Amino acid sequence: MQGLKLAGSLLLAGLLAACASNTPQNGAGAPVENRTASTDTSTNQVTDDGKMAQVDLDKQNGDEIANLQKGSVFFDYDQFTVRDEFKGLIEANAAYLKKNPAAKLLIQGNTDERGSREYNLALGQKRANAVKEAIEVLGADSARVEAASLGEEKPRCEQATEDCYAQNRRADFLYQGK
Amino acid sequence: MLRMKKYVRQIGLGILSTLLVARVANALDFEVVGTGGNQIPVVIMPFAQENAYAQLITPVVKADLTRSGLFKLVDFTPAQTPTDLNQIPYDELTRRGVMAVAIGTVEPQASGVAVVKYRLVDVAKHEQIDGLALNQPATQLRRIAHKVADRIFEKLTGDRGVFSTKIAYVLKQGKRFFLQVADADGYNPQSVVSSSEPIISPAWSADGGQIAYVSFEAKKPVVYVQSLSTGNRKAVANFKGSNSSPAFSADGSRLAVVLTQEGHSQIYSVPAQGGPAKRLSQSNGIDTEPTFAPDGSIYFTSDRGGSPQIYRMGSEGGAASRVTFEGAYNVSPDISPDGKGMVFVQNAGGRFRVAFMDFASRQTQLLTDTSHDESPSFAPNGKLILYATQQGGHGVLAAVSSDGRVKQKLTELAGDVREPAWGPFTGR
Repeated sequence: MQGLKLAGSLLLAGLLAACASNTPQNGAGAPVENRTASTDTSTNQVTDDGKMAQVDLDKQNGDEIANLQKGSVFFDYDQFTVRDEFKGLIEANAAYLKKNPAAKLLIQGNTDERGSREYNLALGQKRANAVKEAIEVLGADSARVEAASLGEEKPRCEQATEDCYAQNRRADFLYQGK
Repeated sequence: MLRMKKYVRQIGLGILSTLLVARVANALDFEVVGTGGNQIPVVIMPFAQENAYAQLITPVVKADLTRSGLFKLVDFTPAQTPTDLNQIPYDELTRRGVMAVAIGTVEPQASGVAVVKYRLVDVAKHEQIDGLALNQPATQLRRIAHKVADRIFEKLTGDRGVFSTKIAYVLKQGKRFFLQVADADGYNPQSVVSSSEPIISPAWSADGGQIAYVSFEAKKPVVYVQSLSTGNRKAVANFKGSNSSPAFSADGSRLAVVLTQEGHSQIYSVPAQGGPAKRLSQSNGIDTEPTFAPDGSIYFTSDRGGSPQIYRMGSEGGAASRVTFEGAYNVSPDISPDGKGMVFVQNAGGRFRVAFMDFASRQTQLLTDTSHDESPSFAPNGKLILYATQQGGHGVLAAVSSDGRVKQKLTELAGDVREPAWGPFTGR
């Protein structure tokens, strides 16, 4: 589980980096606009050549989505509750949904390979549901959050080992739209 | 113990390489790994003039009967191929303990038609038991051979043969998934769906014309129904959340499916053309894997009692009664065509094995000695069960007789095979 915790921390670091990246694209120009006012301390660099940088909001959101989609919530064997260590990830997703009213989130629950495929699909649904509830508790609009299951069909790791099974017992985040 | 292998491979690259998906050209390979106790000794005489065509009749009939495990194919090559009852060497056959002998002819006609005649003869009585003359395009010789094997099987065992039926399964090759439909002997596999996303849970309509399945092409499970003849497909359950585990009602008008409209997985009924869903099961846990019994009732897997067990409810849903009690994991029911029993997967000590329960006695018998069994599916005559298991880390199909005595393995040569579903009888 150490590795997973580490992955979670890296992800949060990545999110912070994404938030701080509202700097001019080419590093030389001046910002035209910055809509996330809370992070504007690093953006007020005015340079001499008169060129101004353009902030591409689509790309910015895309980067943020890409970072959010890198995160996964991992579950213990036969368990369906979201462990505390994933609180930061849940909060980041809830915050993104609140900030972007058009964003839609598909949460995909997954299981390890042991047992019936259809029963595992139902178990993966329980994991997706647990993550959905955790995000909704933080105020995200439930109409824009969908929980579905991939069961054992999309394993991240394909060996029959406990380490592998642990990587497959997870929920992933997939954003549709912006 | 009889070991037979590799008579099912010559299907060819010759025929199928013209398809875009040439990698799927390999047929399933059959291996009989156990046979029944009392085999019926028979001789299948070479069909006269069958060499007029590349597709021979006799080897197909022999292979079918051998694979069933119920026949002992006595090796006998006559000096002259008999084409009539009075040419059969009864004394010699009696000396070898043969009970029945099949003779036949293949007569090429103009315009690509072949007349195939077959007779089954009781060796002791010198009497014809069965006879058939078929006038068919010569492209159908393999199908005719299966029909002949079906007739022999039925006359000598009393049960209808399943050699002319089809099976569906999912093949995973590399990162691609194929929904395959093949003859019951693994021949003539055809990809009816191919996708880069997983496909699971194929289910046949009772008339064999349609297949329902779950595809993950939309990044979540959606239930489709597809016509096998036209390839037309439609998403018939595509509700918010997951849609899975389809099963056709006997009249083909509706599907039992599993939806997550209330959050947790519950069993619903939807029109086979798609439409509003009606909830059938009522629990606070998981209800999944619905399957219809011949009387219309629905058997399914539920964890409402704390562990996954098999339950039964009426065709309109509602209250359910628990069916399995032994062990902590009983899933994936399939009801025998006569409604008298079911096969399912039981996990005992980490081994997932196919088991059979007789409803009258409530006795359960483990049918297999493998460890990763999934998706048992009855042949339409109830005599064989097709299931998925693993061999050397590969997904393979296997079949076992309902008494557990006859075992077969079917191996796809390149890829993982899983999710088998045995198709229905079609026509007579």
